[in-house]
Amino acid sequence: MTEKLITKYLELTDANKIDVFESKDGYSRIQKVLKELKPEEVVDEVKKSNLRGLGGAGFSTGMKWSFIPKDGKKPVYLVCNCDEAEPGTFKDRHIVTSTPHLLLEGMMIAAFAVNAHKAYIFIRGEYERPYERLAKAVEEAYAKGYLGKNIFGSGYDLDIVVHQGAGAYICGEESALLEALEGKKGWPRLKPPFPAVVGLFGCPTVINNVETLSYLPLVMQGGADWFSKLAGEEKSGGTRLFCVSGHVNKPGIYELPVDTTLRSLIYDHAGGIRGGKQLKAVVPGGISAPILSAEEIDVKMDFDSLRAAGTMAGSGGVMVMDEDTNMVEALMVASRFFAHESCGQCSPCREGSAWLYKIVKRINEGEGRVEDLDSMLSIAGNISGTTICALGDAAAMPVTSYIKKFRSDFEDYISDCHLPVETQS
Amino acid sequence: MPKVTIDGHEIEVSQGTTIMQATKQLAIEVPYYCWHPGLSVAGNCRMCLVDVEGPPKPQIACYTQVTEGMVVHTQSEKAKKARKGTLEFLLSNHPLDCPVCDQAGECDLQNFYMDHGQYDSRFDEQKHKKKKAQPVGENVMLDQERCVLCSRCVRFCDEITGTGELGIVNRGSHEEITVFPGKEVNNAYSGNVVDICPVGALTDRDFRFKCRVWYLSSQDSVCPGCSQGCNIRIDSNLSRPQHGEGERVMRLKPRENLNVNDYWMCDEGRYNYNFIDRNRIQTASRVKEGVVEEILFEDAVDSLASVLGDAVREQRHGRIGVLVSTQLTNEDLFFVKKFFKTNLGMDAVESRFSFPEGSSDDFLIKADKSPNTAGAQALEVIASGTYQSGEDLIDKTIAGEFDVLISFGVDIDGLLGKEKLDAILEKVTLLAYVGSNHNETSKKAQLVIPSTVYAEKDGTFTNVHGRVQRIWPAFPPLGQARPEWQIICDLSEKTGFSVSADDAESIFSEITQTVSSFQGLSYEKLGKEGSLLSTVKETVEK
Ligand SMILES: Cc1cc2nc3c(=O)[nH]c(=O)nc-3n(C[C@H](O)[C@H](O)[C@H](O)COP(=O)(O)O)c2cc1C
Ligand code: SF4
Ligand code: SF4
Ligand code: FES
Repeated sequence: MTEKLITKYLELTDANKIDVFESKDGYSRIQKVLKELKPEEVVDEVKKSNLRGLGGAGFSTGMKWSFIPKDGKKPVYLVCNCDEAEPGTFKDRHIVTSTPHLLLEGMMIAAFAVNAHKAYIFIRGEYERPYERLAKAVEEAYAKGYLGKNIFGSGYDLDIVVHQGAGAYICGEESALLEALEGKKGWPRLKPPFPAVVGLFGCPTVINNVETLSYLPLVMQGGADWFSKLAGEEKSGGTRLFCVSGHVNKPGIYELPVDTTLRSLIYDHAGGIRGGKQLKAVVPGGISAPILSAEEIDVKMDFDSLRAAGTMAGSGGVMVMDEDTNMVEALMVASRFFAHESCGQCSPCREGSAWLYKIVKRINEGEGRVEDLDSMLSIAGNISGTTICALGDAAAMPVTSYIKKFRSDFEDYISDCHLPVETQS
Repeated sequence: MPKVTIDGHEIEVSQGTTIMQATKQLAIEVPYYCWHPGLSVAGNCRMCLVDVEGPPKPQIACYTQVTEGMVVHTQSEKAKKARKGTLEFLLSNHPLDCPVCDQAGECDLQNFYMDHGQYDSRFDEQKHKKKKAQPVGENVMLDQERCVLCSRCVRFCDEITGTGELGIVNRGSHEEITVFPGKEVNNAYSGNVVDICPVGALTDRDFRFKCRVWYLSSQDSVCPGCSQGCNIRIDSNLSRPQHGEGERVMRLKPRENLNVNDYWMCDEGRYNYNFIDRNRIQTASRVKEGVVEEILFEDAVDSLASVLGDAVREQRHGRIGVLVSTQLTNEDLFFVKKFFKTNLGMDAVESRFSFPEGSSDDFLIKADKSPNTAGAQALEVIASGTYQSGEDLIDKTIAGEFDVLISFGVDIDGLLGKEKLDAILEKVTLLAYVGSNHNETSKKAQLVIPSTVYAEKDGTFTNVHGRVQRIWPAFPPLGQARPEWQIICDLSEKTGFSVSADDAESIFSEITQTVSSFQGLSYEKLGKEGSLLSTVKETVEK
């Protein structure tokens, strides 16, 4: 393993305690920033680092910050997205549980860069223990004067509020998250305007993922040049946390440069396929990402390479499926998730996601017809690109990719089910 | 001012105009469910997707603002496919119970299916079961299965009435419209949620199953329920009398007028139509030796005319009083005044009453429950001399100042009580009542002449803000009823005066020539939306 950035803290015993964190450079980066840099210089540095949003969309973090209006007419808010509900993704939970102060330090840097004095952390409702750890860390930081008025004696004020979600995947979508923070039903907003212009309570707002923010202290410590070159790539900087799950020998979180290939991630780092089996398929970036077949894994894990391969880096959730995997059932589980999590606001996703699930469930129960496959492709096609938020596309993508790449699995399953019981394979 | 080309038609629009608004200006039809001109944009139904050159995905017309040089196609394959797809989704869980749905015939699911759907159903799964025929308020029935979750009704209750009774609960395809616990949709404007519901999910408990909408005829009108004068549509059923137990008016619907009522009307006005068909005075009558007997309309007019003629001849016209209701049109009022004051030379013609104030709010509902108080003021239908008001005139009748009292639609009993009415009857030789509906006054009056209701006549009302608005006859008068102005023409002819007109429009043009505040107006100019009196300049109309 090359560099351990966040992992260094994840592996540090008791890094959730402020003293332990501080003994390993903790809160030194924010102090340096407050002392030596102007907000614009922080923005520039982060731009140069090529740090991309690790919540899923991979948008340049520095660029996103630069969209915040500079006129200062309205307060600016910083929001940390810790909703982490994308199946296959479990990195934010680990950061918040094991090294919450790293996130807080990152938020201080981000807040300073965009001139926010109030920040929110929206944490997934089910994350009880992580929430307790985080709340405790915030308390510690306040006690030490690292949060509140005049932090670190710099004259800069910052408050952080931790808000627990109520258990909806959609509240990870940034504009739904803002609605939920405002006390409303978590329904994505129409865009534009984007949150950088009209965000929380109608004010300019930066929303970043936990991991994105947690990289900031490390970027500021090592410098943009260093960070951007970690992956030897121009546009996708640095490392990220890959959450590997499924049929591998060593599932877990791996922090690797983003130019690592999927093959290397699975075989070199995650110990290869369990029980010496063959790889069948991988979902490389959370359940929303189109699936890749075993032949397609010589792809680098950065945002642009995966996009070129017809899938996405997404949230870094890598789900590995071995040769015994029933693709019908795998798709049914994915479709069930989206049908359950569709917020229901817009018609194509609300009705389409449920319809898709009903069909694939029927297939899985042995009542499928070959025509169902084309119907599903057409229904998924009608959802894609017609919805308010990306969840609609996300519901369509597994359907399209699983059926296109594993059509014969589906066809065989359907025809097998119609054979007399004793001859079924 | 960006220019946009839609389906090959170029149009320049103001900054911030949406594609939807631009298509409206070009009279290009784009289907929609969630968009409503009176509500915020929700952008959730996705029915208005159009093909904009540039972005790969279709864009929603209701939210996307026009930018300079934008090229939009509403009929390209991409746009058609998107709409068809959306419609298929909206219908996937829909119960398709049109044969028993009250909305059938005016349902946007039916309409758009014919225009944009036309596919073979391929939804083979179990549909969701939700609640049907659930009353959610005194006037509103909810069928959750038919709902397309456009959120119009929710936005109406949030944004227009601010009462927030409705919400969308649950997630995904389990979402449903419901009332919040302990609440009912009983705000003063609840009927509007039925109007804006594009499908049969919200239906009107008053109208439900009364009549299929394709049997209805519509006439534009103005609500006579208060001085706001909300623009309405009278929906009547003349072709299938058996469906409405012989009653003609099936329902009232608001009609758009941004100067007056936007798209809305209050429930009080909406459900106040039974008087049009019920309890009507259909024949003239008189009391003879204590018994009411029906007489010919002409005989009633003759008998009143001879009383008036005698009084004038004998110089007793000062002993006649006339009470005039502000339910009458400007045309009626003008002729009443012209005949009694100008021709007969009477002082005591009075339309000012202190009616008990009704409910009111800071939106549409006005405390003055007459549609034409401002018209009566502008036309100065007020007594000269020492008379202060209608009540004053009544008191003076009781004090013996008048021998004859003629009431045009003023129910003395309803206004001041039985005692006053009886006291009047003790004093006068004749109490004549000209009106459309029976009441205690009409029952005791010695002479009754039937007149039309607003739904049966041409004319104008002047609303509280001085806006003069047209009404049109939705159907012919019941029985012998005639508009008041025609009754005046008849009386005039019989008494040898020359108050006459062929129609309400010619009276209106006479008004515009003689009453300065009406100067410059004409029926043509009033159009569907009305015009302000010339004396009313800048005004906040709402
Ligand atoms: C349906 C949906 C769910 C999402 N869930 C999450 C989430 O749980 N956590 C997250 O950080 N971003 C999530 N996102 C992405 C956010 O909208 C947003 O892009 C992100 O928080 C921005 O932070 P970043 O730039 O640091 O990645 C989700 C997006 C969609 C469309
Ligand atoms: S796409 Fe799905 S999740 Fe997103 S707004 Fe529409 S219904 Fe809600
Ligand atoms: S009840 Fe009607 S108006 Fe309300 S959301 Fe449903 S379809 Fe729309
Ligand atoms: S009318 Fe545009 S999305 Fe509903």
